[in-house]
Amino acid sequence: MAEKLGRKAAEHVAELAKLSFTDAELDQFVPQLEATMHLFDDLQQMDTTGVTPMYSPTQEVSVMREDVAVASNQRDALLANAPETEQGLIKVPAIIDESED
Amino acid sequence: MNFETTIGLEVHVELKTNSKIYSPSPVNFGAAPNENTNVIDWGYPGVLPSLNKGVVKAGIMAGLALHAEITKQMHFDRKNYFYPDNPKAYQITQSETPIAHDGWVEIEVNGKKKKIGIAEMHIEEDAGKNTHTGQYSYVDLNRQGTPLIEIVSKPDIASPEEAVAYLEALRQRIQFTGISDVKMEEGSMRVDTNISVRPFGSDKFGTKTEMKNINSFNYVRNALEFEEKRHQAVILSGGTIVQETRRYDEATKGTISMRSKEGSDDYRYFPEPDLPPLEVSDEWIDEIRQAMPQMPGERREHYVNDLGLTDYDAMVLTQTKEMADFFEAAVATGADAKRIANYLMNDVNSYLNDEHVDLQDTKLTPDHLAGMVKLIDNGTISSKMAKKVFAGIIDGEEPAAFAKAHGLVQMSDPAELKPIIDGVLDNNEQSIIDFKNGKDRAIGFLVGQIMKQTRGKANPKVVNQILMQALNER
Repeated sequence: MAEKLGRKAAEHVAELAKLSFTDAELDQFVPQLEATMHLFDDLQQMDTTGVTPMYSPTQEVSVMREDVAVASNQRDALLANAPETEQGLIKVPAIIDESED
Repeated sequence: MNFETTIGLEVHVELKTNSKIYSPSPVNFGAAPNENTNVIDWGYPGVLPSLNKGVVKAGIMAGLALHAEITKQMHFDRKNYFYPDNPKAYQITQSETPIAHDGWVEIEVNGKKKKIGIAEMHIEEDAGKNTHTGQYSYVDLNRQGTPLIEIVSKPDIASPEEAVAYLEALRQRIQFTGISDVKMEEGSMRVDTNISVRPFGSDKFGTKTEMKNINSFNYVRNALEFEEKRHQAVILSGGTIVQETRRYDEATKGTISMRSKEGSDDYRYFPEPDLPPLEVSDEWIDEIRQAMPQMPGERREHYVNDLGLTDYDAMVLTQTKEMADFFEAAVATGADAKRIANYLMNDVNSYLNDEHVDLQDTKLTPDHLAGMVKLIDNGTISSKMAKKVFAGIIDGEEPAAFAKAHGLVQMSDPAELKPIIDGVLDNNEQSIIDFKNGKDRAIGFLVGQIMKQTRGKANPKVVNQILMQALNER
């Protein structure tokens, strides 16, 4: 991460996140993002030899729930929050199915 | 030039748990759209996933069934992507620490046995279902969060035939664990393939092409055969294979390139912060191992060694868990194993094929089949009558009651048969003379007459006994 993020990478990340920015916005965000990335550079300076990676902020391990189904009965409330619905389905602008059905 | 083919398969198996992997929403088919969803499945702000113990157990069972090493210390990873089938915009999966790794299954192609390695197995969540019509797409999130096991093969598969044999072996073993229906046609088993071809002896793999979501074993075979030939032709003509995702086209039995956006495959994996790490103990793994249902191989051995079936019988009966369970339940009632096996392999299987149904879709029960076999063995009905009784029991009728109600009962009482036999003999003096002169054919004629008189209901065994005795007395 030592190199600068750069405008091109920022545009790529934006595209992955389905965001589109104006040139003016990019002028503003690229340096901000780069500043954030610098924080990671600082973290990378730390010597972590022999330190086990921490995958969770809690000390808990193996928290599991029994396999019991609970119907939420929240369908109507959930659908009420969708921008558009039709016959119980969420209606979205047409998407081209590239991956799975 | 001779070529070597290398095939890799990624198989997704949908688990039939009660609830989803990270939320308590029910997992079942046929619910109204979005009925089986809650705020977690919709990815509402502030919700947290909770791991289903049943999924971890199923993952361990699948690992054990495929001779894999179970990973004792795991964590989950987040795979980021934007698509309306998953509103939280990431899939919680395992990428760094798969639940099981380094397994194998044995396949047999053209009489040659081979072990196909399994690199790793992950537990993860399925996405919702999209339907597309013109301007709009419609999203049903019922499937969002349904548990999946992804099984990744090692590059050991060397032909489309081996690929199909591997899928069959995998499907069978998973089915016998009972954790999934593993039905390609219903989407509870899905297959992604990759294939590469290289000149024989080359130490470098060729460039691979991928095909996703092929939904039948035949299509897998066709698609891979097509790609294998296409790769060879491109290499022979001096061209280069482009690494890409292709789609199998059922109509042409060929594959078509799917243009994929450059750089779109960037999932930015990172450790899932919302689930704590997972540790499984040796005690739990042992407990699961002890309770594992028997695999097809063990069952086949039992059928051949203890029940006197042939290898072929045992192979046919262990094609599905339903069939094997049914057979064992019928035999447990004390009915003759070989006869039960014959009925399942012949009458039952042809019925299932003709009607395009599965055994569990019929009303036939192990008790009823065993009951019918016992009626044959104790002489109550003949094998011919059994054909008619079978038509009744496949519709859920009780065999003894059905036979009685339809007059399908053999005459086995000597007191009843003796006068009829005497009558036939009185009317056929010539046959008696023929018999005395050593013409055995006369017996066949006399038995035929007795059968005619009793409209086929006489028990042939009892008829033979009485007839021989009566002939000798004349």
